[in-house]
Amino acid sequence: MSKKRPAAEYQKTFAFRFFRWLSGAKDPYLGEVEMQPQEEYVPDPEAALRHEKEHDAILDKVYDPERNMEMKLFRKLYHATSILFCLFLIALLLVTISWLPAIGTVERPVNNEVAGRYIENGLEETGAVNIVAGMILDYRAFDTLGESHVLFVATITVLILLRLNKTEKNEAEVNDRRFEPKNDAILQLAATFLVPIIIIFGIYIILNGHLGPGGGFSGGAVIGAGLVLYLNAFGFQKTERFFTEKTYKWICFFSLSFYCLAKSYSFYTGANQLHSVIPKGTPGAILSSGLILPLNIAVGLVVACTIYAFYAMFRKGGF
Amino acid sequence: MTAFQIILMGLLIICAVSVSFSKNLLNAILIYMSFSLVMSMLWICLESPDLAITEAAVGAGITSVLFFVTLKKIHAIEASEPEEKEKGKDE
Amino acid sequence: MGPNLLANYGEAVSAILFCIGFTNLLLQTNLIKKIIGLNVMDSAIYLFLAEKGYIAGRVAPIVVNGVTSTEAYINPIPSGLVLTGIVVSVSVTALMLSLTIRLYTRYHTLDLDEISAQLKKEGK
Repeated sequence: MSKKRPAAEYQKTFAFRFFRWLSGAKDPYLGEVEMQPQEEYVPDPEAALRHEKEHDAILDKVYDPERNMEMKLFRKLYHATSILFCLFLIALLLVTISWLPAIGTVERPVNNEVAGRYIENGLEETGAVNIVAGMILDYRAFDTLGESHVLFVATITVLILLRLNKTEKNEAEVNDRRFEPKNDAILQLAATFLVPIIIIFGIYIILNGHLGPGGGFSGGAVIGAGLVLYLNAFGFQKTERFFTEKTYKWICFFSLSFYCLAKSYSFYTGANQLHSVIPKGTPGAILSSGLILPLNIAVGLVVACTIYAFYAMFRKGGF
Repeated sequence: MTAFQIILMGLLIICAVSVSFSKNLLNAILIYMSFSLVMSMLWICLESPDLAITEAAVGAGITSVLFFVTLKKIHAIEASEPEEKEKGKDE
Repeated sequence: MGPNLLANYGEAVSAILFCIGFTNLLLQTNLIKKIIGLNVMDSAIYLFLAEKGYIAGRVAPIVVNGVTSTEAYINPIPSGLVLTGIVVSVSVTALMLSLTIRLYTRYHTLDLDEISAQLKKEGK
């Protein structure tokens, strides 16, 4: 439209009618042809219910392994195939193993110069009497840092999956108490004696990690088990006095960041051939082997908190 | 020592098979616990005391405790289920 | 068959355990038993690794009397690897168990077949 016309005049033109016809804005039969009044469509509620029931019945039949022949056959085939596959796997692995070099001999490819170096220079370079502890916390400390983070991430994921809000938490606590006596005298007496011993044993394992078998992981697990026993005997009110979500957060944060910083320092000095200020000490003493003892303590704290947190979250959905 | 190792390995296989065939879940978890204990004895025979301590604390202790708590939680949900159904009928 | 099957009895046992765990994973319908089967598979792998590092007649890698020759101790590397693995397997188990609890609260059953049947009925 190049020229501006008033609306009333425009409606009389051919162009207006043509575009109205094209867009279908006006029903051409309306008012011209005799029509019956249209009924509005109302769905029948009974029919809908019947349809739904039929649909459910069909689904029941389709996914019912008892009556559906195809599914029954598939299940039988699946069982037979998986058993055959496992037998085949056993045979394959046994044949492979029969060609491997014999156990207990030195001439295996595993016993190469890497292990020899760890054994020969481990005591001198790390100061740890326990070569395994020196290996996982000094030569391969980055690995162990990743593992501690795996534990931390696992705790967070379990927290996301099992977390409850406040009212649900109270309900869960009531449900939790329904299946066990509120204050079991035998359990409480036994826990009074056992918990200190278990926790002291765990601390001993952690502090002794560089001198003998043990270390952060096992000691932390023992301490966590002691805490779980204490929680079982005395309930959540007592443990919440010293262990809450905040405690967990700060302990994990400080342990992991201490681990990070300490190992960053030792990696930096090691890579740049600098002299590290951390003393090695005499091998065999409790305060020796440089960073291994504090790292063991950090790992042990993370593991103990993680195990307690797992247990508390499984029972109550939070702690 | 070799005979002892073979006995322990036989126990391992027995435990692993009986876990598969036990009907009761609690029994299965207890058998798995004994599996871990036998495993920790086997670590001592293989001259790895670090692994023995860790397996005894973690495998036999913590993992089984987590399984038990899961069973308890499931039973609690099961017990609170009929109440919910009754509530649903009332409404 | 090779010559060393009887000498490698520990590795043979670990292979059998692995297959038992794998069969559990394939054939069990109960979720908790599946998780136990996975744990058995884990243990089999650890046993295999530890058998690799074992050398007959040598002691655990803890230095005694300052002796640091390679001839005195077993291989420490498999021990370190397995130590890492055991702790990771615990966190994996905890994760799987929490998923199981979530599934149970949603479907009120531990049977995987029933869960998948319910899922299909819901049209997913």
